[in-house]
Amino acid sequence: MNAPTPHTAHATRGKPIAFVSAEALRERVHEAINDDHLRSSFRGAMDFLMAKRAAQFPDESELVSLRSLSEAIRQYSLSKLPDLLEQLEANLTRNGVHVHWAETPDEANAIMLDIARRHQAKLIVKGKSMVSEEIEFNHAMEAAGIGALESDMGEYIVQLAGEKPSHIIMPAIHKTKEQIARLFAEKVPGVDYTDNVDALIQIGRQVLREKFEQAEIGLSGVNFAVAETGTLCLVENEGNGRMCTTVPKVHIAITGIEKVVEKLEHVAPLYSILTRSATGQAVSTYFNLISGPRKADEKDGPQEVHLVLLDNGRSQAYADEQLRKTLQCIRCGACMNHCPVYTRIGGHAYGTTYPGPIGKIVSPHMMGLEQTHLLPTLSTLCGACGEVCPVKIPIPELLVRLRGEAQSAPHPHPAMVGQGAGYRPLVSFVWRLWARIYAQPGAYRAFTWLASRFRALTPSRQSGWTVARTPLKPAPKRLRDMVRERV
Amino acid sequence: MSVPLVSAGEHPVRAYPPRPQAVYFYGTCLVDLFVPEAGMDAITLLEREGIRVIFPDNQTCCGQPAFSSGFPDEARQVAASQLDLFPEDYPVVVPSGSCGGMIRWHWEKIFADDPARYAQAKAIAERTYEFAEFLLHVVGFNRPDQGEPTTVTLHTSCSARREMGTHLVGRELLAKLGNVTLAHHGHESECCGFGGTFSLKHPDVSTAMVTDKVAALKATGASEVVTADCGCLLNITKRAAKEDLDAGRVKASLPGEHLATFLLRRTGGQASGSN
Ligand code: SF4
Repeated sequence: MNAPTPHTAHATRGKPIAFVSAEALRERVHEAINDDHLRSSFRGAMDFLMAKRAAQFPDESELVSLRSLSEAIRQYSLSKLPDLLEQLEANLTRNGVHVHWAETPDEANAIMLDIARRHQAKLIVKGKSMVSEEIEFNHAMEAAGIGALESDMGEYIVQLAGEKPSHIIMPAIHKTKEQIARLFAEKVPGVDYTDNVDALIQIGRQVLREKFEQAEIGLSGVNFAVAETGTLCLVENEGNGRMCTTVPKVHIAITGIEKVVEKLEHVAPLYSILTRSATGQAVSTYFNLISGPRKADEKDGPQEVHLVLLDNGRSQAYADEQLRKTLQCIRCGACMNHCPVYTRIGGHAYGTTYPGPIGKIVSPHMMGLEQTHLLPTLSTLCGACGEVCPVKIPIPELLVRLRGEAQSAPHPHPAMVGQGAGYRPLVSFVWRLWARIYAQPGAYRAFTWLASRFRALTPSRQSGWTVARTPLKPAPKRLRDMVRERV
Repeated sequence: MSVPLVSAGEHPVRAYPPRPQAVYFYGTCLVDLFVPEAGMDAITLLEREGIRVIFPDNQTCCGQPAFSSGFPDEARQVAASQLDLFPEDYPVVVPSGSCGGMIRWHWEKIFADDPARYAQAKAIAERTYEFAEFLLHVVGFNRPDQGEPTTVTLHTSCSARREMGTHLVGRELLAKLGNVTLAHHGHESECCGFGGTFSLKHPDVSTAMVTDKVAALKATGASEVVTADCGCLLNITKRAAKEDLDAGRVKASLPGEHLATFLLRRTGGQASGSN
């Protein structure tokens, strides 16, 4: 296996880390914050998406009950995950779908490379799939001399630009139409500069149409996999997903092991809350139900269908009752749209496949805490994400938990890869000292008395605080002094 | 019990007790040291309504700073020292949404493995109220406004909004003041960027957030900002003060005060900061 997957914890455990160091994260955040253009375009886009979502839920009580139902379905599915996965495999196999299990990105890429080689594939067309981003599928295929072409318009733009998605639903949201126009004029043969959006879409479609016919393999993601019927559900708006899953003679679907639900009837509420939370659409333009390859009497559809089920750290999250909630996610992106941090730094600054709040809670499992220990601190715990999450993932609570896992003194049997990677002896010492003082009322009173009495000696530079604010200064009288002196 | 991250329409409905004869006042460490007048004015408001206010002298901190920074052991140690401070069955009133949220939702979590303390923490949690919520729903605050006509803007902390579900309380209290107009600001539900240690750890993002918040508050043209959380209050007013300093302005472009101070001043009380 020669496909490099540099950013998986499992692949890099024990080796030096270069990909998402804390310093690199700080640098990217700093750059993003000072990019006025990025700031205003993300603010505008997120405001738009928030308003679209809000318009989909005019009835608050309907939202309350739909969220509760969706949460319950996801929790129910996860509670039976091992059984449901077996049932899914059995029913898909019966339907003629080949099911593969991959523990790591390397394994997933090797499985798919093997399928591609068997079919002597030169080109794979792709529908939108964040899991394929997670495993750096394009890179792995290209390294083996096989083309992988994105057919979702946003993904296509990002691929042309040699970038990564900055949002899980809207991959190219960081690009203006002028930037896209320049990109097309530069990279697509025979195209002149136009910043007419319809014209740009037509250009993209033209290019992709031809490729659908040439490609031997179509790749797609999966939004919900139904165990009882062996059905793969795919939500999309452009029709490219349907093309990828029906035109080439082989269709490979890839997804994380958490995406399974038991019954078809469990899909309807999740689908409804997914499109409304994600793009503010009542339904998506396309909803594909895939239940196997072309049958003998059918005229179209792929001759071979594969499903690759990827773990990549998910079972680590699954093993812990609290962290398991991470896997309830249906990848709607609403948490990013409502996140005041994401709104200000955009998706690339995070340096992870999944940015924003969901990225902060899921990436540590995929990449290990060595590289991601600073991510959970990049939040004020304002709770906007948890408030909108359609499946009620308590994201702030999980961030607090991960902060603890990252900073606890290294433990011989860590529950998480990279546990303790953010451990700083001095910081831990300061908190211990703080606890010693604050847990003893006498010591606390003495400390605050001194701070108040000698307030003139308060330093005027206070770390990050005084970057933008006047210093904090203890009051001349503490509340307890005022209380004592009151008549 | 998990924290109810409330969305609109999903407030944890709470049955309020009748007005008690006495309450415990839990001032919080931030108020104790940095904004004592807010705590004092809250106490005065309660006493003026005939409620006896008990200030346990051994109070220090709820443990929230350590808890949210990922140091649950240290938070537990500090919180444990506070569990015996409220022996009578009186309500515990906290002039802060985030400390109130800590006691109400997180104390029982950090004592999950310690049955005796868990029971104690849970019993306290159930009678803990955010100050403004208590003033509105339990005290039934309703005093005539004695101030000149003015326009203010209101910032509600994220913990009041999403943990305590009390974000409409501030509005309702202000609405009782006949001469006060409330000016709403853009992105009102967005965080001010404080986040405790976040403001120290990620100054770039924190600065961007508070700068935007200050701009939105100023854009209302209001004469001041009021809020029921001192973390946000310090973040917002100290940012505005820095902007004034950098621009060479002498007069504060965005003064601010705790809701308790504002309510007391407007209704004929003697605010503690003014003497
Ligand atoms: S965490 Fe919740 S809001 Fe965020 S992408 Fe997943 S389902 Fe959507």
